[in-house]
Formats: sequence, C-alpha cells, structure tokens
Amino acid sequence: MEDLVDGLLSGKVRSLAKAITVVENDRPGKRELLTRIYPKTGNAYLLGITGPPGAGKSTLTDKVIASLRRQGKTVGVIAVDPSSPFSGGAILGDRIRMQQHALDEGVFIRSMATRSHLGGLAKNTVDVIHLLDAAGKDVIIVETVGVGQDEVDIVRIAQTTVVVMVPGLGDSVQIAKAGVMEIADVFAINKADRDGADKLYSEIRAMLDMVKGTIKPEVFRTVAVDDVGIEELVQGIFAHGARVEASGLIEKKRAQKAESELRAYIVDNIMERSTGLAVYDEVVKRVAAKEITPMDGVEALFAGLGMTNKES
Amino acid sequence: MEKKIKVLIAKPGLDGHDRGAKVVSRALRDAGMEVIYTGIRQTPEQIVATAIQEDVDSIGLSCLSGAHNKLFPKVVNLLREKGAGDVLVFGGGIIPDEDIQGLKDAGIAEIFLPGASTETTIAFIKEHVK
Repeated sequence: MEDLVDGLLSGKVRSLAKAITVVENDRPGKRELLTRIYPKTGNAYLLGITGPPGAGKSTLTDKVIASLRRQGKTVGVIAVDPSSPFSGGAILGDRIRMQQHALDEGVFIRSMATRSHLGGLAKNTVDVIHLLDAAGKDVIIVETVGVGQDEVDIVRIAQTTVVVMVPGLGDSVQIAKAGVMEIADVFAINKADRDGADKLYSEIRAMLDMVKGTIKPEVFRTVAVDDVGIEELVQGIFAHGARVEASGLIEKKRAQKAESELRAYIVDNIMERSTGLAVYDEVVKRVAAKEITPMDGVEALFAGLGMTNKES
Repeated sequence: MEKKIKVLIAKPGLDGHDRGAKVVSRALRDAGMEVIYTGIRQTPEQIVATAIQEDVDSIGLSCLSGAHNKLFPKVVNLLREKGAGDVLVFGGGIIPDEDIQGLKDAGIAEIFLPGASTETTIAFIKEHVK
C-alpha cells in the first residue's frame, strides 16, 4: 500500500492504475489509501460532461483534452459506460474516440462501468477523482453515461457541468422539463452543422431567459468531429469556473459536494453493516412471510446495530 | 462481490475488419466481464499504454492482416518492459497453424482460430486470469 501511495503521488502511471482498481472494487486497503492521499486532493478542476447517448460526449471530450493539452494542462479522464442489468458485464467504448491521447503522458484515461449504480456515474467515481487529483492532474473530466432526464449526480461533483445537446431530439417541452436541462453550467450544442441546430439554440436561450439567479449558463455551438467551436467552449468552461469563484458560490458547492460524498458513504455503510448482521436472513424471511413490514424489518436490523428506534 | 474480470479487446495493425473483435467483446460482456474496446488500427504502444491505465486482467488481440507474428509478440514484450507481464494475452484472427507455436513461445497464452466458439474463449479467460 505504501508503494502504491508513493508511486501515485510521484506520478507513476501503473501505481495510479492499480490504486484505482483497489478503490473501484472496494478492495482491502481502500480506506487507508484514501486516508493517505486525501490531504493531497482539492487542486484539480473538475469538469463534468453529460448528455444523451450519441450526442458526441466522447468525441467532444477528446477535443477538449487536446485543447487543454495545448494549454499545457495535464488531464485525467473518467469515462463511464453502463453495465448490463442482466449479465453485469459491460462494453466500455468511450476510449475509442480518445486513442490519439493514448501515448501522451500528460493524459490518463480510465473507463468505469456503472455496475448498476444509478445517477449517471459509477459507484466509486468520486474516490477515483480523488486519486487522479492526488496524482496531480490539473483538470479531471468525468464523462457520464448517456443520460435521459434524471441522471444528475454529476452536478454535485463537478465545478462546471457541460450538458451536450444535439438537434432533433424533441420539441420545446423537452427543453422545459426538469432534470438534466437544469443542471447545465454550460451548454454545448454539438453537431451544430445539422438541421435544427438554430432552433435548438433559440429554444435553449428562451428557456434560460426564465432562469433566475446571477450565473446564467452560456450556450456554445460545436462540431466536435471537425474540431469546430472547441476553444470557445473551453474558454466558456473556465469563465464559468471564474464566475463561480468570484460569486462566493464556490463554498456552497464545496459543502454540497462534501455532503453528497458523506451521504453516499452513510448509505453504503448502513447497508453493509445491516446486511452483514446474523439476523439479516431471518428478517428477510419474516418480511417475505408478511409477519412484519419492511419498515419493522429495518427497525429490527437497526436494533441489531445498537441503534435505537427513532419513535421510542 | 465477485471480482469483475476486465479485458481489453484490441486490433493492432492496419486491417479494418473488426466484426470478430466486436463479437468477442459482446460475448465477454454477456459472460459478465467488463470489456474495453479501443477500435481499429492501434499500435502495440497504444494498446499497452491503454492496458496499463485501465489495469486490465487480459488483452485479446485480433489481427486479420497477416502481421500477427510481428504485432502480437511486440505487445507481450512491451507489457513485460512496463512491468505488466502478468497480463494474460490471447489472440485471434486468420493465423496459419504453423505460426501458432511461435506465438505461444513468444508469450501469447492462446490463439483462437475462426470457428472457435466464444464459450471456449470465455472459459479460457476465466480459468487463466488470476
């Protein structure tokens, strides 16, 4: 573990990769590893890229990496793809678009499968971000799975969230709906050379006119495959970051992020401890036999953990 | 939790025929593995760098161009150079019978020829990944 930490902090690729495996799979030593590197985190700029499947998130990520590299910044990428709900397997294909960076030592790309975690990210994404951060990456890009309407976990993690949209996915009612459309700090209308791009642009602008608050998202047009509009987008991303910093919202975002990390671990820990109790199987049986309600079952498990009934 | 086997399916060299690689990727996915597919026309250097970043257990190389005798051993040698010689490397494609022993001697664990069932490949990976 010591070697892994030292290797990671001194920028060894293989140590970082092995450390990610420990963290991703909740292997023994994870807690020690994170405890050791945690003080070294907090320096990276966290950028989220989200949007529907096929919008061009991976291609856009590839071009954003290239732009950041031209600025001399090192980049870590976490590319999340879905796991099969049936076999538990996954095909992680986001990297296909990013292979031009495979030999660049300033770029580290890691694919993660969701492993049936909801919200658009893989379960241990945040911890992997910490590792990339401690390893000294200047910018960490998290590309979410292709999202529909409600997978918005990225917003609690990223300093700036880019929502990638494409023409032709729906009418103005889709734009007005709650969820993914609300979390954008920056919009990228990708495939902007296609029919409907202008309409999408004006609809998003119209939607934004009704947004209250001081920091309104900027809207950019990109054609990622042709490397069009990328520099402007990257400038827009950092401009957003600077506005958040200046407005004092940054503290709120940090607290929000810390709380969401803490909550995830509360849920995990209680789940793990409850299901590890000797009486767990018995409680499941009694609920199945309709002897007790699931709520009573929880109380029985909590009693087993030494936690008192909240109503007593 | 059962350990997830992570496999990189890669196509070194210049042929663009990736149906086989995609079929194998899909079969491994259906067997519960996490498969990283990097697309066609990858250099051995790109494949090895990717395998190390992704910390995969195994690499499946597909080559239909006839350059397997050069490219497959190159991947194994680069892995060893980078201290990742423990990664299980297997291959597939249009490989003449007389080349197979040489490839195995060079450190490719197994070669799957056209007609090999995906079950055979799955069983091989499950048996040999530590």
